[in-house]
Amino acid sequence: MFVRLVYESFRRQKRRKLLAGAAITLGVTVATAMIAVATDIGDKMNRELRTIGANLLITPQEDTLDVEIGGVNLKPPSDGAFLNEADLPKIKGTFWHNNITGFAPVLPVNVTLERDGKTENLTLLGTYFAKQISFGKEEFTTGVRSTHPWWKVSGMWPGDSSQDVLLGERLAARLSAKTGDALTLSGRSLHVSGILSTGGAEDDEVVGPIALAQEILGKPGAVRRVYVSALTKPEDALGRRDPKSMSGPVYDRWYCSPYPQSIAFQLQEAIPHSHAEQIRQVAQNEGAVLTRIEGLIFLVTLAALFASALAVSAAMATAIFERRAEVGLMKALGAGRFAVASIFFAEATLLALLGGLVGFAAGGMLAQQIGRSIFNSAITIPPVLLPVILAIAVIVTFAGSAAAIRKAVGLDPVFALRGEL
Amino acid sequence: MSGAAEQLHSAKDVAAGRANVPHTSMFVRMLVRAAVLRRGRAASALFAMVVAAAVATAMLNLYVDVQAKLRREFRNYGANIIVVGKDSASLPANALTQVETVVAGHGVVAPFALVVARAGDGQPIVVAGTDFDRVRQLDRWWSVSSWPSAPQQALVGVRALSVVSPKKQPFDLEFQGHTIHLTAAGTVQTGAAEDSRVYLSLADFVAWTGVQPSTIEVAANGSPEEIAAIMNQLQQAIPAADVRPVRQIMEGEARVLGKTRATLLAAAALIILTAALCVLSTLMGWVFDRRRDFAIMKALGASDGLLNGFFAAEAAALGAMGAVIGFVLGIGIAAWIGRANFHAPVVPRFGVLPFVLAGSMVVTLLSAILPISLLRRVQPAVILRGE
Repeated sequence: MFVRLVYESFRRQKRRKLLAGAAITLGVTVATAMIAVATDIGDKMNRELRTIGANLLITPQEDTLDVEIGGVNLKPPSDGAFLNEADLPKIKGTFWHNNITGFAPVLPVNVTLERDGKTENLTLLGTYFAKQISFGKEEFTTGVRSTHPWWKVSGMWPGDSSQDVLLGERLAARLSAKTGDALTLSGRSLHVSGILSTGGAEDDEVVGPIALAQEILGKPGAVRRVYVSALTKPEDALGRRDPKSMSGPVYDRWYCSPYPQSIAFQLQEAIPHSHAEQIRQVAQNEGAVLTRIEGLIFLVTLAALFASALAVSAAMATAIFERRAEVGLMKALGAGRFAVASIFFAEATLLALLGGLVGFAAGGMLAQQIGRSIFNSAITIPPVLLPVILAIAVIVTFAGSAAAIRKAVGLDPVFALRGEL
Repeated sequence: MSGAAEQLHSAKDVAAGRANVPHTSMFVRMLVRAAVLRRGRAASALFAMVVAAAVATAMLNLYVDVQAKLRREFRNYGANIIVVGKDSASLPANALTQVETVVAGHGVVAPFALVVARAGDGQPIVVAGTDFDRVRQLDRWWSVSSWPSAPQQALVGVRALSVVSPKKQPFDLEFQGHTIHLTAAGTVQTGAAEDSRVYLSLADFVAWTGVQPSTIEVAANGSPEEIAAIMNQLQQAIPAADVRPVRQIMEGEARVLGKTRATLLAAAALIILTAALCVLSTLMGWVFDRRRDFAIMKALGASDGLLNGFFAAEAAALGAMGAVIGFVLGIGIAAWIGRANFHAPVVPRFGVLPFVLAGSMVVTLLSAILPISLLRRVQPAVILRGE
């Protein structure tokens, strides 16, 4: 009888059930989409913040001081220690290799430009543009094009094994050189493939493949420093602690969290004779900005959950209120309070589960749409979220119906049937 | 519920009210009594309206304010404009004052002068003169053990420390035959070029080297247009200088801000839509519930226009009241979110009020008119018989 009552209620009152179900579906859709966006926003914003540039720097351990003013290095290029280019792919072998979005080695060398019989001293910055590197079975592309996205080139980016170079825009203006020209640098004839604009010191330099810089310096495989761009977690009290002072389990937790410090520590372990450190200007502020945005979206998600809970309760309350006559009939026929309440709760559960399932699917699609239109990458919903969402849907539907059901079972059947009250 | 007693009581009130105020218009009286007699349902409709208006106000306020809040966070990245002497020459002596005048409270300005000096063992080292108070505000990410406070004190980069003063002893630096005697007040660590430098106060630096600042770093607040305007003014004020944007900061800021705002807009749209639907379903239930009132009025000869006017006026009154209460509440919520998340309250935007008010009216009117137009097709007798 109980099952038949519930079944018939759904069969005969399709319109009302559809309305209440639609409210639950909408509420769950909004909740699912917002939860998905909130859980993924940190990762998405982290990637956006990588436009500001590398947040970690690897330098040789025994390096002499940098003598650099306004980006111009006055240190004799052969001075000091170097990293070995052959060690660099090991960066992708560290524990957090998936968090490392790119790296770019640099090697500045002094060159002389011969032009119209005059000579001039310039800096040639050797680096990777978009170099194919393999580590084990993994193949990946890295270089300044991914770590320094604000570098703009008019013309073509040089190949990493070519003899092509980029000219900084201020240097190009001074030399009145343009794309396609040939330059004689330290006795080599090089082809200018494009004009580089960075807004920084590189605007006064020549930028070329690192192999070219190594050849000019006469030190094959030499790298002065490596810029690493990594997705990190905002540092907290644990992140700031000195790893040497940690006990085993704490150390493991520190090592296995993507703090800037722990990634730097692992880079230092991976590359022999190196010193890795966070670039505080980038790494520290990134943490602050991320915390703010995540906090904001978290609060907004709470508001969304609240609004959808309210919408579901309002719809349920209205739906039950409209069925007073039915309650009166049941009670007149001898149904107890418990029997009436259990029918309504069974209906509410069924509605919540159905609405929850449809809403979850719709919310997933909505989140994908938001991800694609705002971040150009999909926001995926972990399937673990489904039981959580369903549970929330059932609880909210129950809570929303509870007051109305209590009122309904408390009705005097005579008044209810006469349509009064 | 003590509904019966209350109704009796209110019936007496009605009688008393009628005796005292015989000329109150029937229309107004019906409006007021409708709300008073069905307190519970009217309150729940008003509650839904208030919540919806509050959420909408809070979201719109946040949406308008979040840009300013996040820009402030981004100013912690330091300078977004750099003023340098053309061809690495020193800037004119009055450059700092001129930059200050242009920026005028909309940011932080710090001068830097740089030379290559020699440490005791003849190693070249970059020495910078600057204003420590300004640097502290501009470059908040500098990890400094202790800032210099007296003349002849220096702030030494962590890597430079092992060269100039490995045992924290006083040290000498030499530049073009002039020597300065310094003590290390503290160390600075940034992970970048600053680690290899020694920083002095500008007064000490100029007295020792005679070199004037060649770089002024500016962290200017404001929108991209305002910053472009500041750069323009700077270029005009100091023709001898090159004014450059720090492009990676500006671009990163623009991207993150744009995406955050877009996400917030999407969230706001979803939330406001949900809240509006909540109001719609509650109010429709309320109006539908009063189909007997409707039928009686119609049976007594009320015209369609009067009935529409009555329910519309009721909905409008509810919408306006809900919107105003919700607006105040929403401003409170926005201010709280600002305090909790950004440690600065979100400034109330009263420009949002008309939108919230208009939106509330539209939603309430819609939710009144929909059931009425359904009911109008039904004969009053059918409704009164409860079918």
